[in-house]
Order: sequence, then structure tokens, then C-alpha cells
Amino acid sequence: MAAETGHDVLGELMRGSLDHCVKCTICETFCPVSNVTPLFPGPKYVGPQAERFRVPREESPDASLDYCSGCGICTQVCPQGVQIAEINTQARAKLRKRTGFRLRDRIIARPDLTGRLGTPVAPLANLMLHSRLPRRIADRLLGIDERAPVPAFAGRTFQAWARKHRSPPAPRRVAYFHGCGANWYEPDAGRRTVELLEYLGCQVDVPRGQGCCGLPLQSNGMFEPARRYVRRLTRRLAPSARHGIDIVGTSTSCTLMLKREAREILGLDDDPELRMVSDHVYDICEYLLMLHDRGELRTDFQPLPLTVTYHAPCQQQGHGIGKPALDLMALVPELRVIENDATCCGVAGTYGLKTEKYEIAMDVGAGLFAQIAEARPDLAVCDSETCRWHIEQATGVRTVHPIEILHRAAGLSGPGH
Amino acid sequence: MSRHDAVVVGAGLAGLTAAVRLAEGGASVLVLAKGVGATHLSPCTIDVLGYDPEPVDHPRDALRRLVDARPDHPYRLVGADGVAAAIDWFKGCFADGPLSPYAYAGSVDENMRLPTAVGVLRPSAVVPETMAAGDLRAGGEVCVVGFRALKDFHPVLLADNLGRAAGVQARGLELDVSPEDRADVNALGFARAFDDASFRARVIGQLAGRLGAGERVALPAVLGIADPHAAWRDLEDRLGRPVFEVPTLPPSVPGMRVFATLRERLRRAGGRVILNVVVTGAERAGARIIAVRARVGLRDAVHEADRVVLATGGFASGGLELDSGWVARETALGLPVAGVPAPGDSRFRPGYFDDHPIGRAGVAVDGDQRPVGPDGAPAFDNVTVAGATLAGAEPWREKSGDGLSLATGHRAGGLMLAESGAHAGPAAVGMGG
Ligand SMILES: Cc1cc2nc3c(=O)[nH]c(=O)nc-3n(C[C@H](O)[C@H](O)[C@H](O)COP(=O)(O)OP(=O)(O)OC[C@H]3O[C@@H](n4cnc5c(N)ncnc54)[C@H](O)[C@@H]3O)c2cc1C
Ligand code: SF4
Ligand code: SF4
Repeated sequence: MAAETGHDVLGELMRGSLDHCVKCTICETFCPVSNVTPLFPGPKYVGPQAERFRVPREESPDASLDYCSGCGICTQVCPQGVQIAEINTQARAKLRKRTGFRLRDRIIARPDLTGRLGTPVAPLANLMLHSRLPRRIADRLLGIDERAPVPAFAGRTFQAWARKHRSPPAPRRVAYFHGCGANWYEPDAGRRTVELLEYLGCQVDVPRGQGCCGLPLQSNGMFEPARRYVRRLTRRLAPSARHGIDIVGTSTSCTLMLKREAREILGLDDDPELRMVSDHVYDICEYLLMLHDRGELRTDFQPLPLTVTYHAPCQQQGHGIGKPALDLMALVPELRVIENDATCCGVAGTYGLKTEKYEIAMDVGAGLFAQIAEARPDLAVCDSETCRWHIEQATGVRTVHPIEILHRAAGLSGPGH
Repeated sequence: MSRHDAVVVGAGLAGLTAAVRLAEGGASVLVLAKGVGATHLSPCTIDVLGYDPEPVDHPRDALRRLVDARPDHPYRLVGADGVAAAIDWFKGCFADGPLSPYAYAGSVDENMRLPTAVGVLRPSAVVPETMAAGDLRAGGEVCVVGFRALKDFHPVLLADNLGRAAGVQARGLELDVSPEDRADVNALGFARAFDDASFRARVIGQLAGRLGAGERVALPAVLGIADPHAAWRDLEDRLGRPVFEVPTLPPSVPGMRVFATLRERLRRAGGRVILNVVVTGAERAGARIIAVRARVGLRDAVHEADRVVLATGGFASGGLELDSGWVARETALGLPVAGVPAPGDSRFRPGYFDDHPIGRAGVAVDGDQRPVGPDGAPAFDNVTVAGATLAGAEPWREKSGDGLSLATGHRAGGLMLAESGAHAGPAAVGMGG
């Protein structure tokens, strides 16, 4: 899958990593999907093994690959550096090119488009999204599982709020990459992020016209539009990066997309604008902890006598930064944080929305859900929005971004929040 | 850039052991590793010393002889008492670990003889309780039970080979029971199934009336992953005879139990693990490392640390590398590698179990496990080396791999705690709840 623009060195290194596989089966023991369903033979099979048979210009013989959720855990645990999940994502794109893209996948892979369509008619759209009959129809006709969590349109966008907001000058300046989740569905979460960053001494730019990063398209095998999306987004973020302003994001999978995946998987490493943006992107907790490590983070948080669970989503773990949210929450007096011991909640972006995969997603998440239920927390905490929606639906426990905890501890949420 | 009291490089038995000890002793610990270590591959029996080169019956005595005869052997660093202390600590980890009451049995004083997956009796000192009834030193009657769907475990082959051992009478039996009646299930899939009483009942049902009065039952090491003690006890009770596990080919379920136990203890003690991170170098100030550099995706990260434990394994895990130009490299910190044959000299001998000249290559250390250069002077003051990275051992021939990694990892943690003035004594065991 070479980029249109030139020689794809990273892509070759990535595919070449399959030669390092020693068949140790470590990845198989960790794959959350193959551990719950026989429909998926596991990362070693569909990754380094099957890839040898996927010869350019020949049809791939193996469709089970479609059951890989792209969670990336196999790549994380492989001791030989095989980029299994990345190889799978590329192979899936080839497979889909042959089998064609389902209408369903075209829809769920474009959260900005659904957001744009749904927002002006939010009350009606939400009614449809959360009523039985329309969901059943969508299930039968499109293959979007009627039980899967779908977020409600906020009816107003974060961008609209940000356009009116003036961030006061401060010694440090950051740009906020808010992602589709905050823009269309959780504008209050976006606002809280800005408020917290300001409280912590940052002047916050919100670059206009930020669209989708293209990750859902990439996961669903639609590489061409994914490349267009990510390039459009990087054009919006590039001015900040050019001025040396760091870009922080609350959507952990989308920041990973800008950091790595678009360069490695979509073959865009030779795009100078993307590389510049990529070098300046941080997961927000990563960024705040970096400030803390340098002694530059305000830590006079108010006590928060709550019990929360924390789940580090697989995509967050893909950053290779540990669990900065835990260190940040540890700064809050009286907050009791129970770290979940789970790798994946199952939803993996759009995977768990699909009728044929919803039950797999629930089985994958079962261990996590049980831990949360057992802890009986006031809140569950998780960095990724699709995971939060999935966890909330499965457990009934309100699930928030770590930033919301810090926002409260900073005294910004006011009573009654 | 993060800051920790200790950065441990490597998440195998040596690295995790050192990390748990440090974290439970109060240090802030960050483990950085390319991936999971050999726990998931090796049976994770603590083989202290199996051959010298004859099969060893009493490892404590044999260890003394080994250290006298081979002053460059890494066991000199810990000695028999150090090994015994590490074993006590290791057993303690299970006592209040997530899989409790699952436990390890045995000691450094005696080797058992347990069957391998191909039916050879191998010397092992400390083994999962679920394997202990497989000690066939005194012979016995064994029915080896396998499963058609578990492709890498051949009960008849195992039994045939076992039958050649003195006093052992063995036969193989293959059952057609598998989770959800699937045709191909790996060891972990079976282990999950064995956690379920109804699956065990199916297995027991198939064995009813097919076992001889004096026969014990050997099963592949897949008897549970969430609660192996319960699964194993249930089988023993309901079959009315000793039941034991025989290690399988990878993935190793007993090894996963060890990983889960140490990982959970580390988590409880506040230690952190980051995988998919390749340590590529260090920043130094004089004789000390002040930070390690790591490759994370397309970026470099810097992790500051007061102390560094290097437990990156040997050639198999990529902790050591030998290029085609005979240049050996320690991959994480760039330490000197000792024991590499000179260019042009042979690296290997023809037989698999021969004494290969390259076999003892590794990082040479002083008495405090600090890496030394060719002149014998410490390369760094605040680095401690543990596990398969150490020069001088031949774990494959000696059958000493997991014993060495556990004992040197245990001591590495202890040395560092002692140095930092924290409490390193036995009371550190069992903390961290
Ligand atoms: C299939 C198999 C069967 C075995 N059977 C037995 C047996 O029966 N009895 C026995 O005693 N021994 C056995 N062994 C050997 C024993 O398991 C090992 O010697 C021992 O576990 C090594 O542990 P370790 O922690 O020293 O290294 P490892 O477990 O190899 O761990 C090394 C760690 O370092 C990481 N790493 C390496 N380089 C870097 C880097 N540059 N940056 C970051 N991380 C890095 C790796 O990812 C890994 O996490 C067996 C081994 C294997 C593979
Ligand atoms: S973990 Fe890596 S080396 Fe091991 S089987 Fe999987 S891909 Fe191959
Ligand atoms: S990306 Fe996740 S689901 Fe896909 S093979 Fe790897 S571990 Fe399994």
C-alpha cells in the first residue's frame, strides 16, 4: 500500500517486520478477539502468517481477517517488533477493496458527516437514534446493531462555543485538537478541556474547521478518503505546529492517528505538513504529566471524595506513554482510583457497532465490565469516547474523560455538577 | 520525560521480579520492554540446576561445586542461599497473589524428575503444585491424557517415551473433548475451558471407567488460568487419584500464571509497565546513568531514573545481538559484551547440546551485578544486570534459565533497595496489598 506520493519506507519496514516473527504465540494469548470467538483465528495467523500469501495483485484468500478489531494489543506485546495490527489494517483495506464497502461502513466511518447532518435536527435525530423501531430497521437493513451505544447529538457544536470564546493570554500556548466526539456529541467535554488548560496556565487556540482525522475510515479499509481527511485536518493544525505551538487532544485514538498511524498505515510519512503536525501532537494527559514532570503543573487541586475506576483504552496504550491519567488523578486529594486490569473494552472504535460483531465486543469487554460493577464506583474514567459510550451502556456507570475529574478537582465544575 | 527511582528494562522473569521487589520496597518503578518476555514460552518451572553435566539430584550441593569450578558463572553472585531466598520470595508472591491458593512446591535442596511434552524426565527444583505429582523419581503408573483439538500435545508419543524411563509404566489416551467442540484450540483456550466446572465434568465423564486402579493422570498444562488450583483440585478429587500437568509447547499457561501474578503485584505496588518500547541508549553523568532513551513508535522518549536494572534477556529476546561481522552488542544501553569468540574462531560446535563457544556470551558484571568493561572496572555505578543477559551461564545445557533469572532479578532488586536505604529485608515480602 504505497502512498501516491512516493516510496513508502515506513510501510516497507512495517510489512518487513513480519520476517521477525518467531511463532512464539505471545500475541495469540493477548488478542482479546480470538480469545472470545472461534471466528477469528488470531493475530499470528492473520498477521505475519497470512500476509505471506497476500501477494500484490493476487486476491487474499482469507476473510477471517475482517474480525480483527484493530485494537493494536498484539503489536504492543510482540517481543520481536512485528507490527501485526498495522499489517492487518492494511490487509483489511485490500480485502475490502475486493469485496466492496458496505453502506453501513461508509456511514459509521464518517462521524463528521453524521455530525453535520444530525446536529441541526438533533432532537429528531436523537429520537430516531434512541427509539426501538428505527434502530431495529437500521440493524436489519444496515447492520448497525440495535443494542450498540450511539451517542446523542448535542445540537450545538464545540466549534461554535470556541468561536465565541476568548482565551486569555498566558505564559504557555497550546492548540486544542478536539476531534469529532467533542465537536458534535460532547461539546461540554471540549469546553471543560479549554477551561482546565486555562486554569493550568495555558492560552488555548482552537484551530477552526477541524474535521475528522480519518481513523474510522482507515479502520474500515477506506484508505483514499482517510488520506483526504487527515490531510485536510493537518492543514488546519499546521499553522499552530509551524509556530512551535504544541497540539493537545482529548481523543486518544485520534491523537495516535496523527502521531503514528497516518504516517505508518496510510503511508503518508513523506507528507511534510503531516510530519510537522505529528511531531507536535500530544495526548492531553501525556502533555499535562510532562508539565508536571518539569515542575510546571499547578497541583493545588481540591479534594474530591469519590471512588472512580480507570481503564486505559487499547488505543491509549498504543501511544507507549504508560498511564499518565493515573499519575494526574493521584494529584487529587481524597480521590480513590481503582485501576482496571483489562486491555480492551471491545468496541474498538466502530467495530462493536456492527451487528455481526456486537456480541464479540460485549464478550471482549465482559471482564472490564465485571471489574467496574464490582468496584461500584461513583464514576468510571476512560480516555477514549467510543469506549466511554460502550462502557457506560454496558455497566450503567457514568463514564468520563480524566480531564473531567481534573476539571472538578480544579473547582471549575461548580456545585451540582 | 518521566522521573522514577528505578527504570527496569525487560519484562521477563528477571525484570518483573526486580521490579516487584523494588516497588514493594517503596521505590517508584517503571518497566520498559519491547514486548512480553519468555514467561509465556517457558514452562516456568524454577529449574535451578538440572545438569552438571550429569542430571543433578541436589541442586544446593551442585551449585556449590559449580561456583567453585566456574568462578565466572553468574550463580556466584547469588550462591545457594541467594537462590533459596529468591525461591521463598517467589512462593510468597503466590501466597497472596491473584491466583491464590495456586502455589509452587519444592526447594533448592532436591530436584524432582518431571516429564516434558515428549516424555523425557527432566530435573526441576521448584514447580507449580499442579505439576508436582508428575515427579517420577520413584517410577509409577501414568495415564497420559491428551485432546485431539490440542494439536501440539501427543499423549501416545509422550507415554511411549516415558515408558523407557526406569520404573515408569505409561500409556496414552486421546480424548475428543474440546471447548465448544472446536477442532483446533490452543493451550490458553483449553485453560479457559478448564476454569469451567462443566467442561471439567465432560473430561471426567470421558475418563470414567478408563483408568487403572494405580494410575495417576498426566494432562497438558492447561488446567485453568483464572483459578488453576480449583480446577486441578477438582480433577484430583473427582478422579480420586493424583493428577498432574505436563508443560506444553508455547503458549505456556503456567508461565502466563506467573506473569499475571507478578504483573498484578507490581500494579498493586504502584509500578508501571510500558510495552512496545525499545530502549536504545542512555544519558550519563560520569559513572551514572541519569536517563534511558527509548524508541516509542516514531518518537524518542527519555525516562530519568536514579537506578537502572537491565534484564533484557539474551540473544533470543534481542537483548544481545551478534551481527554477521562478529560484532556483539548489548542492545539497550550499549554495554560491553564478554565471552564473544574472536573473529574467525568458531562460534558453534556441531551438536545441539555441545558446549558452544558463543553460549556463555553476555554482559560481565562485578559482585554487585554492575556491568564491567574488558578491564573489569564497572561501566556504570547505578546499573544492575539480571537474568539471561549475564555472561558465563549456559542455561540450555545446565537447565538453569528460570532459576538464574529469578535469583539474579531478586538480588538486583534487593541490592538497589539496600543502596537507596529502603527496607530490603524479608518484611518487604507480602507488602503492597
Ligand atoms: C521455549 C522456551 C522454553 C524454555 N524452557 C526452560 C525450562 O524448561 N527451564 C528453564 O529453566 N528455562 C527455560 N527457558 C529459559 C528461560 O525461560 C529464560 O532463560 C528466562 O525466562 C529468561 O528470563 P529473562 O527475564 O532473563 O529474559 P526474557 O524473558 O527473555 O525477557 C527479556 C525482556 O527484555 C525485553 N527487551 C529485550 N531487549 C530490549 C530492549 N532493547 N529494549 C526494551 N526491552 C527489551 C524483552 O522484550 C523482554 O521483555 C526456556 C525458554 C524458552 C524460550
Ligand atoms: S508475538 Fe510476535 S513473534 Fe510471537 S507469534 Fe506473535 S507476531 Fe510472531
Ligand atoms: S489488533 Fe487486536 S483484535 Fe486485531 S489481531 Fe491484534 S490483538 Fe487481535
